[in-house]
Amino acid sequence: MTVAQTAPVPDVASAHTSEAFDVDAVRRDFPILGRAVRDRRLVYLDNAATTQKPRSVIEAIERFYEEDNANIHRGVHLLSQQATFAYERARGRLATFINAPESSECIFLRGTTEAANLVAHGFCRPRCGAGDEIIITHMEHHSNIVPWQLLCEATGATLRVVPISDEGVLDLEVYEQLLNERTCLVAVAHVSNVLGTVNPIRQMADLAHKQGAVVFVDGAQGAPHLAVDVQSLGCDFYAFSGHKLFGPTGIGVLWGRRDLLDSMSPYEGGGSMIQSVTLESSTYADVPTRFEAGTPDIAGAIGLAAAIDYLNRFGMEALAAYEDGVLDYAQQQLSQIDSVRLIGTAAGKVSVVAFVLKDAHPHDIGTILDMEGIAVRTGHHCAQPLMARYGVPAMARASFAFYNTRGEVDALVTGIKKVEEVLGG
Amino acid sequence: MTQLRELYQQVILDHNRNPRNFGVLENADRHKEGYNPLCGDHLHVYLNVDADNLITDIHFDGSGCAISKASASLMTQLLKGKSADEAKAAFARFQDMVTSDMDVPVDIDSAGKLAVFAGVREFPMRVKCATLAWHTMKSALDDEPNTEPKYGSTGNSGDDRIG
Repeated sequence: MTVAQTAPVPDVASAHTSEAFDVDAVRRDFPILGRAVRDRRLVYLDNAATTQKPRSVIEAIERFYEEDNANIHRGVHLLSQQATFAYERARGRLATFINAPESSECIFLRGTTEAANLVAHGFCRPRCGAGDEIIITHMEHHSNIVPWQLLCEATGATLRVVPISDEGVLDLEVYEQLLNERTCLVAVAHVSNVLGTVNPIRQMADLAHKQGAVVFVDGAQGAPHLAVDVQSLGCDFYAFSGHKLFGPTGIGVLWGRRDLLDSMSPYEGGGSMIQSVTLESSTYADVPTRFEAGTPDIAGAIGLAAAIDYLNRFGMEALAAYEDGVLDYAQQQLSQIDSVRLIGTAAGKVSVVAFVLKDAHPHDIGTILDMEGIAVRTGHHCAQPLMARYGVPAMARASFAFYNTRGEVDALVTGIKKVEEVLGG
Repeated sequence: MTQLRELYQQVILDHNRNPRNFGVLENADRHKEGYNPLCGDHLHVYLNVDADNLITDIHFDGSGCAISKASASLMTQLLKGKSADEAKAAFARFQDMVTSDMDVPVDIDSAGKLAVFAGVREFPMRVKCATLAWHTMKSALDDEPNTEPKYGSTGNSGDDRIG
C-alpha cells in the first residue's frame, strides 16, 4: 500500500500560454452568468463570498464521476490508479500555481478556515504556552481570529492585534513593536475581504522571522486576485479556498514549509493518514497525507485544478490588470454619489468595494439591489471587529471578478440611486 | 418596483425615520438585548410590567435596517397597555403572518396596523429583521424582572449565525 504518494507529477499544461482577454468570451465560459434573476440579467458582485465556476470546472467534476471515480491511495485496480493520479496531478497543479517548492507541501483541506485551525492545533499548540503571543490584525476575517482565540484560551498565550489606519492600511510601526521573542506566530490576511487592502507580506514575514516567529497567511482573498508566489512572499504557511478561486466548494489548500509540516502532529486521526496501526498505537504517514485523514474531496481537488488551468489560460497578471480597470471605474462612479461613503481606500487595493449609504441600512440596500438582479454582500462580512473600527453595524460590499464589466458597475450605480429613491419615500 | 413598495410601505419608511418610543426607558423593570448577526441589527427592548401583568410602558433603541426598526416602533405602539399574554398572542399572529405563503390572504382585522409587514413574506431573508424586536420583547417578558441583560441572548436562533 502506498501510503504517501507525493512524487511530483509532471505538470505540462501549466505553462502559461496567455490568451488575449476578451470579457464577453470569458462570460460565456460561466454558464450561470447567462441566467436571469427576478426577470433581469444577473449582475453578480459577490465574488469575495464565492465565485462562479467556468464550464470547464463543472465538466471536470462531472467527467471524474462518470469515468474515473474510485477511492485513492488504496486499490490496485485501474480506476483507483486513475483517481489517485488525477488527485495527485491536481496537487501538482496547485503547487505550481503558488510556486511551492514541492507539491507534497500542499495539503488538501476543506478551505482556509480548516487550514487556520490545522496550523493552530498542529503547529502552535505544542509550542505555545502562557507568556507566548500570537499576532493578528484588525482587518482579519473571523476565520483568522477565532482559531487563534481558541488557541490562546487553551494555552494561556496572548493575542496581540495590529491596528489599521482610516484608509485601511496596517500600522507597521506598531507591528514591529508588537513582535518579540515570545511571538509564536503572526496570522495575517494577504488581502482584506472587506477593504481590499493588499498587505505587505514579505516585509511582515522578514520582521517576524527576525524574532523567530512564523507567519500564517490567509490567502482566501489573495489567491483570486494576485499572482501568488509563496517563496517570494517569504511566509511559512499560505492557505486559500477553492470556491473563491472559481473552483468548487469544500476544497482548499494549505501550503506550509516542508520542515514545519514535518514537525507537526496530525490534526485529525483516521484512514489514510497512518503508516501502521496496532490496537495500542499508530505511526503516522508523511506529509501531506498525515493531514488528510479519511477519504478527501477527490472530485473537489480535480475541479479546483481545472479552475487553475482556466486561470492559467490568461495568467493572473492579465486578469488582475483587467480587474483593476473595473475597480477604478467603480470607485470613480460610486464616489460621485453624495450619500456613498467608501470604506477601504488603500493604494494598490484589489477589486473589493465596501460602502455605506448615509440614510440606508446595508440590509435594505441588499434587498433593493437584489430586486434589480444585483447580488452584493451586506452585513458584517465575518469581520465584526472591522465594523466596530469604522463605527458601523454593517456594510454593503461589491466585489468584482474578471468576468465583471463596467456595464455592471453602471447597473450598481443605478441600483444605488434606486435605493435612495425607495427609502427616501 | 411593486414588490419593493409592498415591502417598503410609507408607514414603514415613516417609522424607520421617526421611530416611536425610541430611547432608553429609565427604571425599566425588564430589559433585553436582541441581535441578528446576519445583518448586524442590534436593539434593546425595555419594559415596565405591573402587578396585573399589564405592560405600562415599552421602549426600544438600537440600530438596524428599515424593516427591523419600523417593526420595533410599531410593536411598542401596539403593546403599550396590553397584558403580557396579549403581547405574546400578538407576536404569534405577527409571526404567522410574515411566514405565511403569499397566496394566503392577510386577515386585516386581526393584523391591524401590522398588516404593513405582509410584504415581508416575499423576502424570506428579511423575516428575522421583522421579528427581531418581537423575539426580544417575548424574551424580556419570560425573564424574571430586573435580570441583567445577556448579550445576544434573544432574537438569535442558531441558524442566524453566519460568518
